[in-house]
Amino acid sequence: MNIVVCIKQVPDTKGGVKFNPDGTLDRAAMLAIMNPDDKAGLEAALRIKDETGAKVTVLTMGLPKADAVLREALAMGADEAVLVTDRVLGGADTWATSTTIAGALRNLDYDLIITGRQAIDGDTAQVGPQIAEHLGLPVISYAADIKVEGDSVVVKRQYEDRYHELKVKMPCLVTALSELNEPRYMTPGGIFDAFDKEVTVWGRADLKDVDDSDLGLKGSPTKIAKASDKVAKGAGEKVNLDPAESVAYLIGKFKEKHII
Amino acid sequence: MALEEYKGVFVFAQQVDNVLDGVAFELLGKGKDLAKDLGTDVTAVLIGSGVKGLADQLAEYGADRVIVVDDPELKDYRTEPYAHALASVINEYKPEIMLVGATAIGRDLGPTVSARVKTGLTADCTSLEIGDFPLVAAPGKESEQKHNQLLMTRPAFGGNTIATIACPDNRPQMATVRPGVMQKIAPIAGAKANVVEYNPGFTPNNRYVEILNIVKAVKSTANIMEAKILVSGGRGVGSKENFKLLEDLAEVLGGTVSCSRAVVENGWLPVDLQVGQTGKTVRPQIYFAIGISGAIQHVAGMEDSDLIIAINKDEDAPIFDVADYGLVGDLNKIVPALTTALKAELGK
Repeated sequence: MNIVVCIKQVPDTKGGVKFNPDGTLDRAAMLAIMNPDDKAGLEAALRIKDETGAKVTVLTMGLPKADAVLREALAMGADEAVLVTDRVLGGADTWATSTTIAGALRNLDYDLIITGRQAIDGDTAQVGPQIAEHLGLPVISYAADIKVEGDSVVVKRQYEDRYHELKVKMPCLVTALSELNEPRYMTPGGIFDAFDKEVTVWGRADLKDVDDSDLGLKGSPTKIAKASDKVAKGAGEKVNLDPAESVAYLIGKFKEKHII
Repeated sequence: MALEEYKGVFVFAQQVDNVLDGVAFELLGKGKDLAKDLGTDVTAVLIGSGVKGLADQLAEYGADRVIVVDDPELKDYRTEPYAHALASVINEYKPEIMLVGATAIGRDLGPTVSARVKTGLTADCTSLEIGDFPLVAAPGKESEQKHNQLLMTRPAFGGNTIATIACPDNRPQMATVRPGVMQKIAPIAGAKANVVEYNPGFTPNNRYVEILNIVKAVKSTANIMEAKILVSGGRGVGSKENFKLLEDLAEVLGGTVSCSRAVVENGWLPVDLQVGQTGKTVRPQIYFAIGISGAIQHVAGMEDSDLIIAINKDEDAPIFDVADYGLVGDLNKIVPALTTALKAELGK
């Protein structure tokens, strides 16, 4: 069985957000990490590998430095890695991104494709379902559990107030929630091996059945009209008092505001 | 694509168990504003099994017309056949704008349909308006500027950046909108829907999944999105048991307990009480952030609260940057004392 996990390198927003003096985001100072939902998806694939001996391939689209997340995936236990990188692919919205990744996936054998539910930088949650659409595959998003049973996949699909237990025949695409599992660590041996392995690098010419007009900035139906830094709400008052005084302070404010 | 053929503002009216989701009404409220600016009307698209009876409710919240796709295959949500239903409605009726709630259903249906009809989709919008694209015409290229475009504004990068996005060359212009962001209109009592029934036919194929089981989580009694006062706890609360302190405070104020993602991950509270980017967006009158550090993923879900009160022992916690009143100190001491003091003040 062949599993392909689509992963993305994202800036780490969790607790490590840095700003420039002018208030803009200092991306250079932030760590680049494997997107958390994708990492859970990779772990799910590796657990299926542990059980069934499946082959796990990781695929990413990005700048050449995205090689780092592929090495990390290899060190966790993935078998092969593909980096899709080309200048003409830059500036893509989700439609063009999913078209590109679908074009790359057509070169690979897959029974199961796993993506993360959403990336923490764009937060759209669109690319997974759109890849499935381009490839004509069934999609199950928001997976809180993934099991393989014979030629089918059984997924616990999370909604706000319930979950559906769904079964679908492979090939199919599943998008993973980071709550799915606790991803394993890289092993020291795995890290050594990861850097000995070859990462396959594909460019525009390696994408199958895609038109130039559907790629990159030009191929993106959505266009950015304006981007601006969020106007931060001014910080309010902060006091450091003993508990009784803190309470008195707050009660005073509540009275002032006629809350009580 | 002949863009001028596309007319009208359409709203996906999400229902589950034949009960309309509140986000459907919110989208109708926004849809009405947009339709007014465009000189057009609002159509709700109602998809399900045995759902026709819900159409008048949509009329009460502003739908001029309701397109109903009713089929037994549509009883419980599945990507197929719902995507087939909505994409078929789009191809048949050619809306200029298609709005979908950014729910766990809408965030699956929206991208699938947008890829199927080959158009752009902007996720989790917080503001929608009609305007020009580009916003300002390049000198000498005034004639190339497009008018009456849907300008979709959304936070990106965990809420640090605000982007305004247009979809000038494809139709419909699709957007998902977070629940709780747009305003419903005051319902028009007794409004009757102009119902159009449309059924594209459903033939199961490889993309139909089988529903083995539906498990409804024990729903918390409170809906945190409707609460006027939220007493929210984070990792700093320390344990499931310690949430009793927050419950007591919530009770005296007539509020509801909510939490950050860390609390859900630790299994202290259920996911439907989670506030933040992957949880719910709330804007209560008062939001207590207790033992919450204030990661941007959390702040993105609560920063529009009218009054934010933070209690945290770490005086450098980022939550203090958005709090109106910040108390640096031990929540285990402050919260019970506050509850006692409020009880006395309120005569309880």
